[in-house]
Amino acid sequence: MTSPDRNLMLLTTPFHRCIADVCELNDWGVWMGYTTPNAYFDVELEYFAIRSTTGVFDLSPINKYRITGPDAEAFLNRMVTRDVSKIGVNRVGYAVWCNDAGEMLDDGTIFRFGQNEFRLCSYQRADEWLAWCALGFDVVIENESDDVAALAVQGPTSCTVLTLLGCTDLNQLKPFGIAHYEFDGVPLAVSRTGFTGDLGYEIWIAPEKAEVFWDRLFEVGKDYLIKPIGSYALNIARIEAGFLQARVDFVPAEEAVRPGRTRTPLELGLAWQVDFAKPLFNGREALLRQKETGCTYRFVLLDVEGNKPAHHSFILKNGKTIGTVTSAAWCPTAKTNLAFAQIQMPHGESTDALVAEIYYQRELHWTKVLAPCKVIDAPLFNPARRRQTPAPPH
Amino acid sequence: MTDYDAIVIGAGHNGLIAACYLAKAGHKVLVLEGRELPGGCASNRELAAGVTVSDCAQWLGQFDRDIIKDLKLVEHGLALGEVKRTVALQTDGKHLVFDGNSVSGAELSGEDRDAYRRFTRQMNAFAGLVQKLYRQRPPKLVDSNWRDRWTLIRLGLGLKLLGRENMRDLMRVALINIYDVLNEHFNHAGLKAAVALDAVTGSTMGPRSPNTVFHYLHRKAGDRQGQEGPRQVLGGLGALGESLARAARSQGVTIRLGSPVAAIVKDHDRVAGVALATGEQIASRIVLSSADPTTTFKKLLGYRHMEAGMARRVEHYRTRSGTAKLHLVLSELPAFSGVATAELSQRLIIAPSMDDMEAMLNPIKYGEVGDQQLFDISIASIEDPSLAPAGQHVMTALVHYLPHSPKEGWEAIRSQVVAQLLNQLEAYAPGLKSLVTQVELLTPADIEASYGITGGNWHHGELSIDQALMMRPFPGSTQYQSAVPGLFLCGAGAHPGGGLMGLAGRNAAQEILRQGALS
Repeated sequence: MTSPDRNLMLLTTPFHRCIADVCELNDWGVWMGYTTPNAYFDVELEYFAIRSTTGVFDLSPINKYRITGPDAEAFLNRMVTRDVSKIGVNRVGYAVWCNDAGEMLDDGTIFRFGQNEFRLCSYQRADEWLAWCALGFDVVIENESDDVAALAVQGPTSCTVLTLLGCTDLNQLKPFGIAHYEFDGVPLAVSRTGFTGDLGYEIWIAPEKAEVFWDRLFEVGKDYLIKPIGSYALNIARIEAGFLQARVDFVPAEEAVRPGRTRTPLELGLAWQVDFAKPLFNGREALLRQKETGCTYRFVLLDVEGNKPAHHSFILKNGKTIGTVTSAAWCPTAKTNLAFAQIQMPHGESTDALVAEIYYQRELHWTKVLAPCKVIDAPLFNPARRRQTPAPPH
Repeated sequence: MTDYDAIVIGAGHNGLIAACYLAKAGHKVLVLEGRELPGGCASNRELAAGVTVSDCAQWLGQFDRDIIKDLKLVEHGLALGEVKRTVALQTDGKHLVFDGNSVSGAELSGEDRDAYRRFTRQMNAFAGLVQKLYRQRPPKLVDSNWRDRWTLIRLGLGLKLLGRENMRDLMRVALINIYDVLNEHFNHAGLKAAVALDAVTGSTMGPRSPNTVFHYLHRKAGDRQGQEGPRQVLGGLGALGESLARAARSQGVTIRLGSPVAAIVKDHDRVAGVALATGEQIASRIVLSSADPTTTFKKLLGYRHMEAGMARRVEHYRTRSGTAKLHLVLSELPAFSGVATAELSQRLIIAPSMDDMEAMLNPIKYGEVGDQQLFDISIASIEDPSLAPAGQHVMTALVHYLPHSPKEGWEAIRSQVVAQLLNQLEAYAPGLKSLVTQVELLTPADIEASYGITGGNWHHGELSIDQALMMRPFPGSTQYQSAVPGLFLCGAGAHPGGGLMGLAGRNAAQEILRQGALS
């Protein structure tokens, strides 16, 4: 593999040369210690590439752990709140995990490559927590973050583009499925997963083939208007799709310093992820208690009136502050001003008459808007192509 | 359908006491013990024909008086000897004799004598406060409930009632080390060492280690609610185990000896019984473990059957010991230089100075055997001739500062260490070696193997402030509950900790009854 250059203060991903070539805005951010592009040429156009053609996002900095051994499934099952045994071979599952207090540590995806062979992708570095969780289990955990290069290839034409690249019959791959190919003599894994809520794939390949892959992908995708996308565009897409982001929508428990800042899956609208039928998982006892006593906090998706994104807004009810917005965006495809908010309000209590207190600035002039909000049950962007198999052709 | 309301793992004193209190409340209780006799560390062994030795523990000082009454242990055969004086042997033969709150000795200044009286009075006041906390479940600081709050209020009130001076002193010394405290009070090196001995035995602490003042107060609190000082159990400490077993059976408790528990068994999400080494499974509504927390959670339950944070805490739980036990059979009564024959039945200790003690600690940190040890000696057959054939004697000693796992392995150095210990004793009792007809050394590793105590630590886990009171054995598993539903702790690994005290067993049963875990 090509080791990242350790002489730089920030690391670069295996795609860095390709990315730097096309990053016209030269707008860089930091993700997990890696230099990553915030935007390449225009955030909105990048966003529209995801929704209308194909957007390519460098996913390489994501933490990847190889988990193998006879107890691999039992190990993961004790760690995460969902039932891992229900993830079949060559399938992927979203998962969240908690500490013993039921506080969310992180969320991520579990890839099952074999009966006892998994990859866990996590937002946070998880080496230490995984090591503690491994006590008593016959399991091998390897951090393969630097050994695997990854790209998210997302959008309506993504299937066609990848098929042209040699991913035969990719349109037959079901959502959350994994298909295996060969690219330039090395294995290429393609999973129908993503962070955009659209038809899309993530590709996993050896770092030394990263540049060749990028170049070929953009070559065959040219006619399909393939575009690289940065983290700003991805952020709009994920909000539109209703996906939570660690450190944005919740504070990972291991990072929380102040008491009361952590949240449980039940408080984050992730009750569907918590399988109490499992006899044991980290946080089960605490979450069971919370289920009985009820949550103080809840996580809501808000349709905010008007077109001013409710960034960091207070949420008011009857003039009283009951929470704050964690993520907000004007979502162009859903044509909705969406916001995620944590509000201090027990379940069952009416969420009528919520108001977002939005501040925005125009030419050094701050304006306050009190925008009525409506709680919505599900994300408004949910195209059929996201679920269709075979994936619709273009 | 469950076979029992409660299964108690281990027929040590705490296990039997917990079983008694639960059975008294009308519950069907089974006690499972791996060894062939009850009592755990309060048991006897026949060392030679007609020679009985208290096998693990040596003194009964801290055993709770109310438990003796509640369980009618005297009716069930418990008989205690007199409270012992402590004779601190000095190399020059000018020994110190500790008797309650006073100390005497040829070389002792009037100043030291007065200081000792003041010191014991103050420590007794402090111990009284600690004792208040020992007789009930330790209060949690984060959860608010009236019971815990009331305990804290009474503790605060007790602190106030100590008086301004004492309160300030307690706050000042509680978390420091015994070395500094004793140097503030005394001049005589032997006096300081004798007091410091009580602050370190059973642990891997030296006089300068943090937590030694707390360790000392633990001991004194035990003495206060217990027997006012070290005593022998007539017939050997095994007689305590036997009397507890009789008391338990009289309450309807079933005791199965020679039945080691191999695993604590869960049904779905709660503990539902145990599996024996034979494969037999026994179901119960709850399981109480008097085994140490490491054995209970790591070995019997298994890390994969608990949440990860708890496994992490068990893994971090410190349970080490530097205390071994020496057993000698003597052909006749030995003579200790400067000790009158009448005094030989008392508690004899060898502890030269605190600096020596600190130096003795160093080798065991690195798995080495130092050339000097501390001794806490009992010649039990003087007060209790039933323990040895006429004329012969049985002498035991708690030997402090021997490593649990020496680098060379115990088998390679055992005879050499025994010889070294005998030589040290010989210096105080010339001719002793020639009287020895049999000798046996129980190393911390032997104690671990024979009694199933991790690390051989008789407190079932180091008694330091971070593993004590509301944090014993570790957060998340306090107040006799474990984080696993249906599993409770009733041994020395639970509050208030170890020494033959019995309060962990009693408090656990009372807490279970109060919570209605069996109703």
